[in-house]
Amino acid sequence: MPIGIDELNTNQLDVLREIGNIGAGNAVTALAKMLNKRVDMAVPKIKILNFKDIPDILGNSEALIAGILLGVTGDLKGNILFVLDLASAHVLVNILMGRQDLSQESEFNEIEVSALKEMGNILAGSYLSALSMLTNLNILPSVPDLCVDMAGAILSVPAIGFGSVGETVLYIETQFTDGAEKVAGEFFLIPDVDSYDILLKALGVIG
Amino acid sequence: MENVIKVGMADLNVAVSPFVLTTLGLGSCVGVCLYDSITKVAGMAHIMLPYSVQNKGEINPAKYADTGITLLIEEMAKKGAMKSRLIAKLAGGAQMFQFKQENDIIKIGQKNIQACKEMLEKFNIKIVAEDTGGNFGRTIELSAVDGKLQIKTIGFGVKHI
Repeated sequence: MPIGIDELNTNQLDVLREIGNIGAGNAVTALAKMLNKRVDMAVPKIKILNFKDIPDILGNSEALIAGILLGVTGDLKGNILFVLDLASAHVLVNILMGRQDLSQESEFNEIEVSALKEMGNILAGSYLSALSMLTNLNILPSVPDLCVDMAGAILSVPAIGFGSVGETVLYIETQFTDGAEKVAGEFFLIPDVDSYDILLKALGVIG
Repeated sequence: MENVIKVGMADLNVAVSPFVLTTLGLGSCVGVCLYDSITKVAGMAHIMLPYSVQNKGEINPAKYADTGITLLIEEMAKKGAMKSRLIAKLAGGAQMFQFKQENDIIKIGQKNIQACKEMLEKFNIKIVAEDTGGNFGRTIELSAVDGKLQIKTIGFGVKHI
C-alpha cells in the first residue's frame, strides 16, 4: 500500500522541506548564472493542503494562470508542475529576455512560450538533480509543455496525482526576485502511485 | 447570485428549482450532471478519478466515478428524483498538457469520461449531451429550472447543452 502525504509526521516533512530548499536553491543559482545577474530567493515553504483548496492558491479557480509540466522518468516516475500567476509569468519572461516591457497581456508569443518552457526546464531540472543527489536515484525530466488556462483546470493535474493516494497535496512555494520585480511560483512534485514508496524510502523517511 | 450552489473538487451536491449548481475550472476532472425534469431535481458531481478500487481504505466517495455517481443518485432520490427519469450531461475530461509519451496522469481525462459513461450505462441513465475532451478548462452551471447546462471556457466563450 502506498503511503499518503496525510500520514507523514513532522520529521518526515522536514526531510521533504529540506529537499525543497536545496532544490529551489539550485534552481535559482542556475537561473542567476544563465542571466548573469543577481537573483534573490526567499526560503521556500512546504505546504500541504486539502485538494479542495488547491484551485484557489493562486487567486480563484477561474483565474488565468501559466503551468509548465515536465514528465519524470528513471527510478522515480511521475510529473513535476511549476505554476505561476500571469503577472509573475510576464515578469519572468521579461527577466529572461532582459527587457522592461510591462505588458501583462494573457497571450504569450512563440518566443515567450519557449522562454517559459526553458524556465520550467531549468527550475525543474535543478530541483530534480538535488533530489537525485540526495536519494541516489536516477531521475530524469522530460521535455516541458506549457498551458495557460483556468487555475482550477491546471491545478487539477497535481490534485488528481495526489488524489489517488490521499486527500492532500504537497507543494513548495518559491519566491524570487531580480531586485526590482517579484516572481512567486508553486512547485508540485507529483510521483506516480508506485513511486511514493520509492521516493520516501530513498529519503530514509520510511523503512 | 444567491441561487448558486458551488460544487468543489471531488465534491457533489443536489439542488431543486430555482437553484443552480456550478463547478469552476474543470480540467481533467469530469462534471457529471443529472436531472429529473418532473420534480426539477438536479445533481452535480466533480469526479477526479475513475474507480475507487485503485485506492486504499478510507475514501471520499465523491472523488471517484463509481462511488460518486452511485452516491449522487442516492442523494437526488432523497430530494424527490426518480432514477428511471434521470438524464445525464457530461462536461470536462480535458487533457491539459500534451505529451507524446505514455503518462497516466496526463491521460486521466479520457479514463474519467470512460468510467463515468460505464457507470451511467450500468444505472441505465441516458447521456443526452456532452462537451468533453479537448485541452482547455471549463466552468459549468446546471440549472435545476430546466436542466440546461452552461459551459464557459477561456478560448471558446459560452455555450449551452
